[in-house]
Amino acid sequence: MDLSHIFNSKKFFSVAICAVLFSFLSFSAFSQEHASSDTAHATAAEAHDAKPEKEEDISKVILHHIADSHEWHFFGHVALPLPVILWTDNGLVSFLSNKFGHNDHGTELLDADGTKLVYYHGKYYYPESVKSADGTYIAYNNKGEIMNTKPLDISITKNVVSLLISVTILLVVFIGVANAYKKREGKAPKGLQSILEPIIIFVRDDIAKPQLGHKYRGFMPYLLTVFFFVWLNNLMGLIPFFPGGANLTGNIAVTMMLALCTFILTTVNGNKNYWGHVFTPHVPWWLYPLMIPVEIIGLFTKPIALMIRLFANITAGHILILSLISLIFILKSVLVAGIAVPFVLFISVIELVVGFIQAFIFTILSALFIGMAVEEKHAEH
Amino acid sequence: MIVGSIAGIGAGLAAIGAGIGIGNIGGKAMEGMARQPEAASKIQTAMLIAAAFVEAVALFAVVVAFLGTGQVN
Repeated sequence: MDLSHIFNSKKFFSVAICAVLFSFLSFSAFSQEHASSDTAHATAAEAHDAKPEKEEDISKVILHHIADSHEWHFFGHVALPLPVILWTDNGLVSFLSNKFGHNDHGTELLDADGTKLVYYHGKYYYPESVKSADGTYIAYNNKGEIMNTKPLDISITKNVVSLLISVTILLVVFIGVANAYKKREGKAPKGLQSILEPIIIFVRDDIAKPQLGHKYRGFMPYLLTVFFFVWLNNLMGLIPFFPGGANLTGNIAVTMMLALCTFILTTVNGNKNYWGHVFTPHVPWWLYPLMIPVEIIGLFTKPIALMIRLFANITAGHILILSLISLIFILKSVLVAGIAVPFVLFISVIELVVGFIQAFIFTILSALFIGMAVEEKHAEH
Repeated sequence: MIVGSIAGIGAGLAAIGAGIGIGNIGGKAMEGMARQPEAASKIQTAMLIAAAFVEAVALFAVVVAFLGTGQVN
């Protein structure tokens, strides 16, 4: 793999110029946003018993941005309501998330078809029978954990919608390209084919073949799917407005499912040689009580590392960008935007590379683990 | 008085370790590429894989630090 063209000086220079220009352009925009967010904070503060604005609030805002939510926020008070589907004690309950307004402080009782619920910090709970001292229907135990029980939440949240959008894009693009190959058999690629063919060949020649040897063919569909799914979602997460903006690959449940697929593939395809390495490792017999547990733990740490790596990388990138933007509000000066915004642009460009590298690493490590499982026995080592 | 979580210090220590590790990997890969420019693409792939393994340890620490401060649920 050759990344040198990315670090080509001409492009870097033009990015730097763009960053400086953007920073000047965004001065006025940021001052307006600063003012409006100040008033928004003021009203929020009034609602919250005039609590003073603290740095803690900013970390809450950042964590709220990277979390899943029941609505897709566009700007100001404009948001796309999404269906909430709950499996409660009274069976299935569903409603649009804007049916009961936007109160998520847990101070209001919601009545969804006879089921009493309370909405608190983006989650639905069963309410306590009496209001607590702070006016909410939420009870805490002495460790500060929420005591209320929750209905099973199978809502179509922001992440689910984002997943459906990206799957639709992938299906449309790849079915179209596959049909083009059938129609134009033996001819030169055209249109989308020309973009995707080099990438598919890159996955085949640089990822699948070196790790899997001559058995690469059967695993290509999985590797290509994982590669394009992770890459597309990493990139969509970097778009700050509607079709993107959901932190999908930075959601541990999503990365867990991807890692689980790799785990199932390695376990199902593991041959005698692979399981032999696990249960009869090449060590003196008296080391078996030590080595076998270590090997068995090793089976699970590999997919867990895959899961955590993707989750933490993408989440860290989002937190980094939001923190740099938040510097303007922490230092309470518009002038900081002159430094923060070019820096955000710089980090965003790095995140574009990270989005690709993480997709590449997820795929190559999946191929590596599958390759270990299907490897033929070679001469004694 | 400074108020904060000690988990942050743990994440910082992990970052030092990973920094040393990734620095070594990157430095040696550069050296290798300078000695053998024709093997650059192979070295780059191997470098990225090794860096991913080192980075994973640091990211484990960051996640543990997050769990320690109770900010991810």
